[in-house]
Amino acid sequence: MDTFLSILNSVVSEAIAPDTAAVAIAVIGLNIHFGFTGLLNIGQAGYMLLGAYGMAISITHDIPLALAVLIGLVISLIFSLILGLPTLKLRGDYLAIVTISAAEIIRYTGRLAAFEDFTGGSQGIFGKSYQGPFISLSFLGDGSTTLLPLNYREAGGTGARIAGLLVALAALAAIVWVAKRMKSRGSDEPTVGTSATPKLLLAVLSVVMVLALFFSFPQSEPNTSVDGWWVRLVAWGLVGLSCLIVFLLVRSPWGRLLRGIREDEDAIRSLGKNVFAIKMQALIIGGMFGALGGMVYVLTGSVQADSMGRQLTFFAYTALLLGGAATIFGPVLGAIIFFSARILVREMSGAYVPNSIMSDQQTEQFSYIVVGIVLVLLVIFRPQGILGNKRELRFHV
Amino acid sequence: MSEQTTATAGHADPAARRQMMSQVDRIPGSAKPDPILRVDHIQRRFGGMMAVDVEHLEVQRGIITALIGPNGAGKTTFFNLITGFDRPTSAGKGAHWAFDGATLDKTSASSVAKAGMVRTFQLTKALSRMTVMDNMMLGAKDQGGESLAKAMFRPLWRQQEREVRHKAEELLDRFKLLEKRDDYAGSLSGGQRKLLEMARALMTDPSMIMLDEPMAGVNPALTQSLLGHIQSLRDDGMTVLFVEHDMHVVQHISDWVVVMAEGRIVAEGPADTVMADKAVIDAYLGAHHETDLGDDALLDEGVAAALELEVAEEEAARNQEGER
Amino acid sequence: MKACPRPPGLRRRTTVVGALLGLLLAPLVLLVAGAGSAQASVATLCLAQPEQTACINGTVGNRTNPVEGVEVTLLGPDGAEIESQTTEADGKFSFQVEEAGEYAVLVDPETLPDDLEILEPAPRFQGPEGSILVQVRLGQTVAPDLDVRSVDYDAGGASFGDQIAQSIAQGLRLGLLLALASVGLSLIYGTTGLSNFAHAEQVTLGGMVAYGLVNVGGLNLWLGVVLTTLICAATGYLQDRGLWQPLRRRGLGLTQMMIVTIGLSLAAQYAFQFFVGASQQKVVVETFDVVEIGPVRLTEMSFVAMGISLLMIGLVGFVLLRTRIGQATRAVSDNPALAAASGIDVDKIIRLVWTAAAGLAGLGGVLYALVVSNGIRWDTGMQILLLLFAAVTLGGLGTAFGAFVGAIVIGLVVELAGPLGAPGDLKYAVALVILILLLMVRPQGLLGRAVRVG
Ligand SMILES: Nc1ncnc2c1ncn2[C@@H]1O[C@H](COP(=O)(O)OP(=O)(O)OP(=O)(O)O)[C@@H](O)[C@H]1O
Ligand SMILES: [Mg+2]
Repeated sequence: MDTFLSILNSVVSEAIAPDTAAVAIAVIGLNIHFGFTGLLNIGQAGYMLLGAYGMAISITHDIPLALAVLIGLVISLIFSLILGLPTLKLRGDYLAIVTISAAEIIRYTGRLAAFEDFTGGSQGIFGKSYQGPFISLSFLGDGSTTLLPLNYREAGGTGARIAGLLVALAALAAIVWVAKRMKSRGSDEPTVGTSATPKLLLAVLSVVMVLALFFSFPQSEPNTSVDGWWVRLVAWGLVGLSCLIVFLLVRSPWGRLLRGIREDEDAIRSLGKNVFAIKMQALIIGGMFGALGGMVYVLTGSVQADSMGRQLTFFAYTALLLGGAATIFGPVLGAIIFFSARILVREMSGAYVPNSIMSDQQTEQFSYIVVGIVLVLLVIFRPQGILGNKRELRFHV
Repeated sequence: MSEQTTATAGHADPAARRQMMSQVDRIPGSAKPDPILRVDHIQRRFGGMMAVDVEHLEVQRGIITALIGPNGAGKTTFFNLITGFDRPTSAGKGAHWAFDGATLDKTSASSVAKAGMVRTFQLTKALSRMTVMDNMMLGAKDQGGESLAKAMFRPLWRQQEREVRHKAEELLDRFKLLEKRDDYAGSLSGGQRKLLEMARALMTDPSMIMLDEPMAGVNPALTQSLLGHIQSLRDDGMTVLFVEHDMHVVQHISDWVVVMAEGRIVAEGPADTVMADKAVIDAYLGAHHETDLGDDALLDEGVAAALELEVAEEEAARNQEGER
Repeated sequence: MKACPRPPGLRRRTTVVGALLGLLLAPLVLLVAGAGSAQASVATLCLAQPEQTACINGTVGNRTNPVEGVEVTLLGPDGAEIESQTTEADGKFSFQVEEAGEYAVLVDPETLPDDLEILEPAPRFQGPEGSILVQVRLGQTVAPDLDVRSVDYDAGGASFGDQIAQSIAQGLRLGLLLALASVGLSLIYGTTGLSNFAHAEQVTLGGMVAYGLVNVGGLNLWLGVVLTTLICAATGYLQDRGLWQPLRRRGLGLTQMMIVTIGLSLAAQYAFQFFVGASQQKVVVETFDVVEIGPVRLTEMSFVAMGISLLMIGLVGFVLLRTRIGQATRAVSDNPALAAASGIDVDKIIRLVWTAAAGLAGLGGVLYALVVSNGIRWDTGMQILLLLFAAVTLGGLGTAFGAFVGAIVIGLVVELAGPLGAPGDLKYAVALVILILLLMVRPQGLLGRAVRVG
């Protein structure tokens, strides 16, 4: 039971970790690229790295936090322009090749000793040199804040924690279920806006889940002086905000254009729409989410070029396809499930497979092998992901 | 040539139209009284083959012009060239074309469409994973909600969205697709896709519409009603240029016919004149194009054998010509 | 480590899954089965566990020229010595600690070869007595700012002209080896429309299999190279048979297939690490003699590798141009539907292309490990993926000869970028800049064609 609880503990803390939220934001951006517009951006990690560098370097040069965030976003915008201008008029593969290469080059450049004064070379920029302004924004104080009668630093005994966990999981399951119901209802009669009840239900369930988690996992983020819950709140708050923005964008005629371009850009061109401009807008917006994700990603650690390499982009794709491309909540759900499932695989094989068969390092690698194969199987057998619409599937492009 | 249009204004009067076009020379590249599209020296080469080689062509405003010619004559390629989906090999070397007075030599496909010249595709481009309604609504021009700045704020585009939807419903109704509006376009049949494609193009309120084989795969009853629809568009002042292999359709609605073969314009004129042209019959129609192939007379073995023999002879003659 | 899990591929499964796993893992299992004892002697690379441990990993020298036998000492935050390690052939050292803090790494200059010296670290990393400071946080892996260079660096070094000549020679070498892999990549693209992101792992696989056969298994080098090529070709064959053909039959879209290759690439990279470990492995232990031709200094092996590469590419060219199969391949590239209609067995051609492409990539991988990267590592292929794509795109996606030309250009550009002023890995960026510029003026690549609309 203890092993089980500790596995569960690591799984859930991974699920709600700020890093997971950060990747979720980047996946939301990728969803705009790939899910809605059909742009094959295989360099989302490059956007993340740019955002992180932009923010961290600005702050170390005494620029205020808000401005630093803005600088990170602007840098990602410029990056989109550089990548998009030569490739967006061409077939999709070119964008794929250019983005994957450009992301690698950003990483190389970040590691370069020549820029060590800015990027810290291969060591990266240490968290403590840029996290200050963010931490000082915290209103949660030093941990004595209480919400309801409970203290978010101290949960009850094991029993209470298990109960909290179960409540959270139940809420999550309910959310998925309601969302799916909404989805299938919506596609039967797409013209009719969904009624308010399920939406309200979703909101209530989300709050329940967050509260349950809040009090079942009273640990602060390790390795930093950053208060765990402050980072988590901000990170997941940003996830929520990103979802809202994407929702507002894709239900509009602009969002319809994106989907049209994904289906057949020549058809859209023949209708007199400026496909290039719209693709560029999509690339920029998705890239900005990527940069924002990168900033959140480094809130608890350091800005290290190698931590945002090609693998991270591949994880993002797995998460996106897992949750369901071209859906609003798919990226978030996908990221949560992806990261917690990987930890689950790792911890399970760590706990139950003897060390003589798989060393600790190998369990880590094994979990990634599983990730790769899951990605393959997903694409083949369930390309619509968890939240995706099955009806869309019948027409392969 | 049968005429049954109800005359209202402008070019709606068949007699006036015939009168106007009768002034025009019946030679390839002849000048028109009021051309909306003017093409000069446009060439497209694929490897060694010259797919399009048009020296001069004018399309008269406000009438229905048919573009006919054998498979591989270069009709689709010609459409691609003038709508900005392809670049002529002769670009910068004398190629020049203008729509409604505006030069299009370097204009992108989307700007061409924005200028009012909208085309459909021979191989339909239905947006499969979108509903028929979404397909249609994409067509509408100047939608405020398509600008990124306004997209997030629904009140800014809700009213226009409603109008666009209303217009789309009317068109879908006319094209017998209204019940399908919430289906995915990918689930439509081949003919329905043709219809959707045409309806979507009409959503843009074009001043000239270019249809690439619009009636291929559409059932006869619907073809008739669509032909009526195209005619009424013309009567409202729209210019129509269409590619079609069905000579009955061509004869039925076109005011002017342009014939292409091997990339060149080989003949021009009213339908009846053109179809009597020896060169056109040889290159395209075949000696027995007036024989109804569905006719039971063909079942008579004697007639069939005679026909076959003639066809074989013609073919042999042509092959010899080709070898020379 | 010795007892590895049963290869899933050996179990019979009818699904795509089984085939896929088997394909990925079978050659590796074969390799490790023979590896056994060699594995034990390789120092395990430290891997940080969140909240528990942290790692200080690094290499003396660099990946292409690691330095062996150097004593590296780790000093704790209090300056006390914690642990000493002596680097092996891969030049690596790896410490595991369980507390965060400021540590220092000290390299014993006595143990360095006479012609090398330690480069002074950046001021903020300079510790006492020439040690190098590292900030360690739990759950993370850090690398000290350690660099060595030859003592005669710059002093009386080669003239600029000589450097250029040397770079051109290296560029041709790199280009020819890249060509081996990129021709296959391009053929796959041409016949199936697929951008295969796992092609780089096919390259790595070549090096890995050769390492297993030659270094671990003790096979003769040339026999090993031939066998490696055949084994890799077999993976291509089986891949198409077990995975790609069924997927084509299912009508899976190209984008989806491309993501499948991404997943395969990810799984393969970690499978390499799982079975072989994270460190660099040499295919052959001994070093090759160096030949000097004027200002150019290359190993004998380099010339042999270039010869083999030219020969193979010549062979591919001959097959494509002069044989029926080649004609059929070009026909499929041109227009698969038409080719099928005119009686060509498209599936057979594609299978052949996969087989040849994987074989060529594998061969490229061995040669690359022998003469360029001085060994093979799980990410060796990944490092050159960018160059492969640049080469293929430069030549025009899907044209085999374009890919060859593109590869030579990219090889030259990358090697020349160094002496012309691009520092370190940034030379790869030059390849990208050229790619972007070319796309702006000639989107279809050097030798490509435009495609039909409507
Ligand atoms: N992208 C291309 N590459 C090579 N050849 C092409 C390309 N596009 C068209 N062609 C060739 O150009 C010629 C003209 O083709 P086009 O499609 O314009 O004919 P068409 O008149 O529309 O024929 P149909 O009546 O059958 O539609 C054909 O021989 C065709 O093979
Ligand atoms: Mg055509």
